[in-house]
Amino acid sequence: MESRRDVFQAIADPTRRAILLLVAAQAMTPNAIAEEFHTSRQAVSKHIQILTECELVKQEQKGREIYYHINANKMEEIDKWIEQFKKILVTQFSQLDKVLLTIKKQRK
Amino acid sequence: MTNNLLFDFTVDKAAKTVFITREFDADLSLVWDAFTKAEILDQWVAPKPWRSKTKYMDFKVGGQRFYAMVSPEGQERWAIQKYTSINPKTNFKMFNAFADKDENLELPGSNWDYAFSEQDGTTKVSITIYNESLTRMEKMIEMGFTEGFKMSMNNLENLLATLS
Repeated sequence: MESRRDVFQAIADPTRRAILLLVAAQAMTPNAIAEEFHTSRQAVSKHIQILTECELVKQEQKGREIYYHINANKMEEIDKWIEQFKKILVTQFSQLDKVLLTIKKQRK
Repeated sequence: MTNNLLFDFTVDKAAKTVFITREFDADLSLVWDAFTKAEILDQWVAPKPWRSKTKYMDFKVGGQRFYAMVSPEGQERWAIQKYTSINPKTNFKMFNAFADKDENLELPGSNWDYAFSEQDGTTKVSITIYNESLTRMEKMIEMGFTEGFKMSMNNLENLLATLS
């Protein structure tokens, strides 16, 4: 059994990252995406499926074709938490710098 | 002097792990105290305007710190740190999870590993954070940091490239 899909797993794979960048530029059909890779159509299709399950890409039916396009909101979520977590740490540590300085002065 | 203190931050998304290294312009025993004594922790761990309030802290293996991040409006976000390993002035490990005001844990949590070393009066702290889930990280950020952070697809590409 496959565990619940995780966006981190999704973007850990280089092929899936490449797919994300392709569909970020323009919506594409599964065939058009597969043509960009040397791997089998099946393998690419599996990657697309994982990206869809993680909601990193969205499907859209246009006539007889299915198009995939990027779910920008989901992509932003990932970067948002990493960047904000980093910001929290930067703030914390600069606060600690000040506290350390104060304690050092008190000791003298 | 303070300007060239090292700060290194890397994320391994696949392993759900964050690695942080930071130097501090102070000797080892002071920096150790700053990370392990409630009265000093409360002075710096809450990103302003939030403040940290430690209800109790028992820094020993099997002991824990029960604390809250308090918003400017007075809203309290409780959390618990359970100490799983301590080697004085060398390293310690803890399990950190959010909790309600009655000390009931809200899982999943994350595992934090701190290592300390001193060279020429500068103390280096290396932190490894392992998160069981993305949800937990999102919660950490909820605490007062709701302002949006927009990143263009170009920036995203650069970011992903640095992570691979």
